[in-house]
Amino acid sequence: MSSKLDLLQGTLDVMVLQTLATIGSMHGYGVARRIEQVSGDEVLLNQGTIYASLVRLQQRGWISAEWGTSDNNRKAKYYAITASGRKQLAKDSAYWHRLSNVMSRVLTMPAEGGL
Amino acid sequence: MTTFKEALKRMQSLFHKREQDVELDAEMESHLEFAVEENVRAGMTPEEARRKAMVRFGGVQQARERQREARGLPWLEILMQDLKFTFRTLRRDRAFAAIAILILGLGIGANIAVFSVVDTVLLRPLPFPDSGQLVRIVTKDPKAGESSKTYTADATEEFQQRNHSFEDVTGYFAFSSAENLKMVSTGQPLPVTGLMVMGNFFHTLGVKPVLGRLFTPEETLKNSRAVTLLSYAFWKRHFGGDPAIVGQAINFSGTPTTVIGVLPETFDFGGVFSPGSKVDIFTPVVMDDIRNEGNTLALAGRLKPGITVAQAQAEADLLFPQLDFIVTRPAYKPNYNARISTLKDYVTGRLRRSLIVLWCAVGVILLIVCVNLCNLLLARAAARSKEFALRSALGAGSMRLLRQLLTEAMVLAGAGAALGLAIAYALTAWLASQGAIALPLLSSIHVDRTALLWTVGIALLTAILFGLTPAWKISHDHLVDALKDSGQGSSAGRSHERMRSMLVISEVALACVLLVGAGLLLRSFLRVLDVDLGFEPSRAASIQVDIDDHDNADTRSALWQDLLHRVQAIPGVQTAGLSDNLPLSRNRSWGISAKGKTYQKGELQGTFVYIISPGYLKSIGMRLMKGRDFTWDDGPKSQPVVIINQTVAQRLWPGQDAVGQISNVNGHDTLVVGVIADVKESDLEANGGWEMYLPGTQNYPDGANLVMRTTLPPDALASAVMGTLRQINPAQPATEFRMIQQLVDHAVSPRRFFVVLVSVFAVLGLVLAALGIYGVISYSVTQKTQEIGIRMALGATQGRVQIDVLTRTLRMVLVGAAVGVVVSLGISRLIATLLFGTSANDPATFAGMMLVLGAVAFIAGYIPARRASQIDPSIALRNN
Repeated sequence: MSSKLDLLQGTLDVMVLQTLATIGSMHGYGVARRIEQVSGDEVLLNQGTIYASLVRLQQRGWISAEWGTSDNNRKAKYYAITASGRKQLAKDSAYWHRLSNVMSRVLTMPAEGGL
Repeated sequence: MTTFKEALKRMQSLFHKREQDVELDAEMESHLEFAVEENVRAGMTPEEARRKAMVRFGGVQQARERQREARGLPWLEILMQDLKFTFRTLRRDRAFAAIAILILGLGIGANIAVFSVVDTVLLRPLPFPDSGQLVRIVTKDPKAGESSKTYTADATEEFQQRNHSFEDVTGYFAFSSAENLKMVSTGQPLPVTGLMVMGNFFHTLGVKPVLGRLFTPEETLKNSRAVTLLSYAFWKRHFGGDPAIVGQAINFSGTPTTVIGVLPETFDFGGVFSPGSKVDIFTPVVMDDIRNEGNTLALAGRLKPGITVAQAQAEADLLFPQLDFIVTRPAYKPNYNARISTLKDYVTGRLRRSLIVLWCAVGVILLIVCVNLCNLLLARAAARSKEFALRSALGAGSMRLLRQLLTEAMVLAGAGAALGLAIAYALTAWLASQGAIALPLLSSIHVDRTALLWTVGIALLTAILFGLTPAWKISHDHLVDALKDSGQGSSAGRSHERMRSMLVISEVALACVLLVGAGLLLRSFLRVLDVDLGFEPSRAASIQVDIDDHDNADTRSALWQDLLHRVQAIPGVQTAGLSDNLPLSRNRSWGISAKGKTYQKGELQGTFVYIISPGYLKSIGMRLMKGRDFTWDDGPKSQPVVIINQTVAQRLWPGQDAVGQISNVNGHDTLVVGVIADVKESDLEANGGWEMYLPGTQNYPDGANLVMRTTLPPDALASAVMGTLRQINPAQPATEFRMIQQLVDHAVSPRRFFVVLVSVFAVLGLVLAALGIYGVISYSVTQKTQEIGIRMALGATQGRVQIDVLTRTLRMVLVGAAVGVVVSLGISRLIATLLFGTSANDPATFAGMMLVLGAVAFIAGYIPARRASQIDPSIALRNN
């Protein structure tokens, strides 16, 4: 077993959406760092993979992108969640909550015999 | 969750690849700078900070690829790359590409063309609404031409009234000949082919006029106003497609006839009922006019919905024997019978086997094409094995290489299909215009949607067949070996060669099968051409003449004598004669029996009747075996006379001299004055039936054909003859001057059609096989240049080298031919019914075709063998 969590298919997209929803407009590096910090460095993330996720979300119209400058005057592309992105996030987080509830209930099943 | 919008964006990104890559690079660059900055702040050295940042980022190239995949259409991009690469390699290898596309084009073209024919004739329903319910009604065992296939007007009407299976029974007058009418307007009278059909003919078939209306029942009554329907082609040709023609009266042979409508372009009477002939105008049969003319109506019908052919047949078996010949003479029952077959079967049934053979032949061609291309691609693959090994070493997956090879095959197949389609279009257009070929539905042959689908299917199939084999082969070769080795003598090279030899052997075997099949059909065709016709078509020509004798025998005798006298005076005309019917064209039959004998049922049979003038037999080249020809003294008032053929003589007076016997013809005592050799009167491939010839001076001929035997080429006389005919009768229409040979050509045209096609395909197969042999031998010579050089340096003579190469060639050919012969022996039995006078395993044909195959293979092997023998050892050894 590896010491860090492998990301399930599609989970990175949800994390990115959630991150942008909480911290507002942010560049790719910021999003990646934020996810690492929040997950307590539990997630195995090649930071580069975030860009595939970002472009995918952008094409689906859930986030928007704009070039801007950072506090220390560095040019970077800033992403922000859109209205349809929020709707999608609500859908996705409901789904993940339900799934994790079910999973934890199944996994904590008491060891009873018979019916 | 791919929405339409997303798909659109992905498509768009294909066109903004560069900008997006640049933007991504900038973004990743700033990402790394952020990271380095943070790491430095955390106290790392700049080098350490950068290294750490790179580690956290992961592979830059990988991230780039993933982002591209996420934003674009990866499969499309790979396809575009493969295509671009394919076009580049094919451009570099122009000769290969050209040959491959040409071969494919020929193979696919032949397949589409034949498929179009098969589709039109066999697969597609006839061009009538609900055509499955249409049937032909024909007597079960017709022995004497049209007269024995047809029914009287009364019998037809009785059947119409009594049956319960048919929605409608209809028919047409089966005895009209080509150019039987003349259209008189201004200028010279024009010959026109008219056909009488029953009033309900077009209703029954479901043919609707494009202009005007169909016949009404009143128009089929005696003495009603003469009306006609024009065929589409005739309307276009003579009236320029003028819609105002409907309602106008046109003079046809002296009868002002009102045009009531124009039939649709899709209706081709000849194509369905009488292949190879065309009809210009249709007029209604007046049943009362033909009641006493005997069997004249060819019948067809439309079954009621839900009634099967078998049910109709059962009813017909009950009803037909009860039908009258003439209602007013109920005592005489002709004991009719009828076979009901669907119109489709009747029209195309006989062709089924021929067409399937043709279809198989082009299928074999396609196989040979595939094998050949396999071979070519394999040779190329061998030459490219290093390239593939290199690409594989650089990280191209084997799937990717496979895909590349398949893409190449698809591109070639696509181009080949395009070329094939062009060839097929040309071929079908040519076929459709061959009005002289007596094949049904020929004019409606064209490349249609089904054929296009078929093309796509075939192209895909060929691409996969010839693309996969080399691809599979390469992916199984040891790529590392290929990299290390120059290819010569390596295991991969040898197994390539073995595989290529196998391919050539199978090619030779396939070509052998085609050759034998074509050879057998060709020999049959030659046998048919060699048949004793009973008349002599060369240097004989005929023209239909218009003689108005007011049905008076004396007048006719005088007119005929005058006409023949004048025609024979034309320089170049040797002899001339008249007959109402010519052999291998329209026919009819009456009865003949020996006087005073009673016959069992079935002992007599319908006898073909020809009403002729003295001199006709000589002019057309029929051979008088005994007795004499008619003379002008056999007049209306003298003893009735008849000339019979040998068959009749033997059947009526077996073992006796028929000349001088008295026979009964139409109830008259008739003296047999001559016996002629049997004539192929309706079919070259069947024995002649019963025939008799009666003098026009004692009987009523149905029209007149002037037949001339000439010393000059007949067409040189056309204008002189027409001039003479016009002098005699200014109303003589400009009928066609026909060579008697044309009648024979028309009769053999279906067989000729198949023979020509199958032969062309066989030659194509042979050429392809030769190409395959040449390719393999030539390639192996190139590969073995060094080896041959060494052997020659060690003292091998040029002759020795040549013989070695040729031996290898002939070994492949021998194996291939052996396989081919075995297969042919099995297959030829399947085409046995298509053969004439040739046995299915005719040794001469087999031997002849082997010789042809051997000779061609020898040439294909000799060219590289010669090249091998001219290798200069010193140069060969220096090169590597």
